[in-house]
Amino acid sequence: MSQKTTDRTGAKSAKSGAAGTAGKTAPAGAGVSRRGLLKGAAALGGLAVGGQAVTGFPTVWAQNPITLRQFGTGVSNLNAIAEKCKADLGITLQMTALDSDAVSQRVVTQANSFDIADIEYWICKKVFAAGTLQPMDVAKIKYYDQIVPIFTTGKLTPQSQIAQGTAPNTVSFVEGPDSKKFAPAPTQWMTLIPTIYNADTLGIRPDLVGRPIKNWKDILDPAFKGKTSILNIPSIGIMDAAMICESAGIVKYADKGNMTKAEIDITIDFLIKTKQAGQFRAFWKTFDESVNLMASGEVVIQSMWSPAVAAVRSKGIPCVYQPLEEGYRAWGGGLGIAKHLKGAQLDAAYEYINWYLSGWVGAYLNRQGYYSAVLSTAEKNMTPDEWAFWMLGQPAKTDILSPEGKVMYTAGAVRDGGSFEQRMGAVACWNSVMDEDRYMVRRWNEFIAA
Amino acid sequence: MTLYRIAPYLQAAPLTLILAAFLVLPIATIVMVSFWDYDSIQIFPDFVFTNYEETITSPVTWRTYLNTLKYTVIVWAVTLLVGFWVAYYLAFHIRSATMQMVLFLVCTIPFLTSNIIRMISWIPFLGRNGLLNQSLMTMGLIDQPLEFLLFSDFAVVLAMVHLYTLFMVTPIFNTLMRIDRALIEAARDAGANAFQILTNVILPLAKPGIAIGSIFVVTLVMGDFITVRFMSGGQSASVGLMMANQIALLQYPAAAANAVILLVLVLLLVAAILRIVNIRKEL
Repeated sequence: MSQKTTDRTGAKSAKSGAAGTAGKTAPAGAGVSRRGLLKGAAALGGLAVGGQAVTGFPTVWAQNPITLRQFGTGVSNLNAIAEKCKADLGITLQMTALDSDAVSQRVVTQANSFDIADIEYWICKKVFAAGTLQPMDVAKIKYYDQIVPIFTTGKLTPQSQIAQGTAPNTVSFVEGPDSKKFAPAPTQWMTLIPTIYNADTLGIRPDLVGRPIKNWKDILDPAFKGKTSILNIPSIGIMDAAMICESAGIVKYADKGNMTKAEIDITIDFLIKTKQAGQFRAFWKTFDESVNLMASGEVVIQSMWSPAVAAVRSKGIPCVYQPLEEGYRAWGGGLGIAKHLKGAQLDAAYEYINWYLSGWVGAYLNRQGYYSAVLSTAEKNMTPDEWAFWMLGQPAKTDILSPEGKVMYTAGAVRDGGSFEQRMGAVACWNSVMDEDRYMVRRWNEFIAA
Repeated sequence: MTLYRIAPYLQAAPLTLILAAFLVLPIATIVMVSFWDYDSIQIFPDFVFTNYEETITSPVTWRTYLNTLKYTVIVWAVTLLVGFWVAYYLAFHIRSATMQMVLFLVCTIPFLTSNIIRMISWIPFLGRNGLLNQSLMTMGLIDQPLEFLLFSDFAVVLAMVHLYTLFMVTPIFNTLMRIDRALIEAARDAGANAFQILTNVILPLAKPGIAIGSIFVVTLVMGDFITVRFMSGGQSASVGLMMANQIALLQYPAAAANAVILLVLVLLLVAAILRIVNIRKEL
């Protein structure tokens, strides 16, 4: 995998010769063909100095090739990022995508099998105490001051309320370089550097629901009997279920992200009753399943992830990521550094994280409909029209393209849910891990078996 | 001299080693882990019975096992019925051996694609806006799409029958082919009608094949999780699916305990089949 990436990058650098930096020839020892190396070297001759001046990153990795092993959930483990990182920094990223359960386990049990962990905040809450990650010194994070405050103080604007669940700011900091105890307020030691986050809601087929959808409880409408679905990943599904139950007035939670046993019982009993009444068509577990259910018309309203909505729409089928009155269920992920990293590798990890926040990746993620942690740098890497569409919620002036260059929205379209502030400002709860996790999972399995 | 004595052991050694490494050892590990303890992210070596206790005392387990047994019985009955008559037709109604082989190979054609693909291809066919519903509606037979076709027990059983019937056809066909045709002629000469020949001659002689086919189908259905998950749309549970969920949640000891229970249950079923039919005649 890394070998391939290396070769591809080498070839590209040789061909395009543009934006070349010294970094590109770094993998010389790591198996680039002789021809690629020569061409790369030629490109380097002309561009090395200029390239560095533009990106402003040191070239130490060119002499001393560094590989960082990163693993995490599929959303942000993108090959494009590995390639660009190789090109800009000369750091080879080996990416492994796993599901969130496997990720949690690996952080705890195989501490030496990774250098960078790309995990969600609720996973961080679960695994940081295992001591396999080291907190990062924010003094070394170049754009720390510009990180969206959701991840530091927890407040998007000074007036906002911190949402329920595992809000990122509650697990973002520890008290010292060796501490495992989460600090209530920002300190110098950060557990995860945020990379990617979003606000999730229900997806609908506007052509088939036949009425405006305003609340989470609309999924219970008898008109949609046998045409709804929720996702069957217990830790996330239970949150969607909680949003539905609260909206329908079944129960009012003290904290949806940390239910009591009684609250879990009420929620699951209600789900079982709803399931037996035939309200659900199916439960999905993977991205593609949710896309197929929606695209085929088997369901008309269901839990969904934003790229799945885009995927349905790209088939020419209308699909809306419907904003709801009760707000969104948000999630976020970040990069953590393994405990065993030190010396040059640790420096490279910081280098990589600083690069991650420096704009290119941010723009890439924003263009997928996610949000990036440092908005100011991402803005510089997007066209004003793209920025206005994705972040300000304004109608697109031109066609909006995906990072791969496919038309996602035609001119005139408006993003579902509006601007960044409208969406991230209306978060009702964050994905979380509960104290009664094991009990919840057992009851959830009962729901699925019922 | 000594070589003569150890030669049989040497000959048996490769298979013994393979079975030890790939069958006995993994099962021993599963049994061992089933007694371990776990929390949400780790498992610890221990010797506790909580995994078995939690599994056996939970009503969900019982319901899931019953559901799995229900699938097993239905699928077994349908595959036996279909499988027997397909084999019967091939063995007794097709005269030329070449034609028999050709038709038998035709039966195996679906196996040229992966069973997951064969299963998933039912989904667009049976769906609300699928081919079947659309055709029925165009023909004017129904006004509303039939909802029970997909994401239901019906869909699960249908897909399993489709996937597993051949496992019934093959062994039954094999036993039927070995029946001495003279026996059937003798029965006819003795005045037996077609039904009597079937029940008194063919069925008793086909028993070993039926038993082998039944073992295949029963073990396959009992252990299935992917068909149940896809065809029921995640709405039904099976033991295999329950284990898959536990593994996904890192509850390996619980999954191992479940696996041991399932293994015991399936072995009991197989033992029961073998009690009724002596399949060694077949081998």
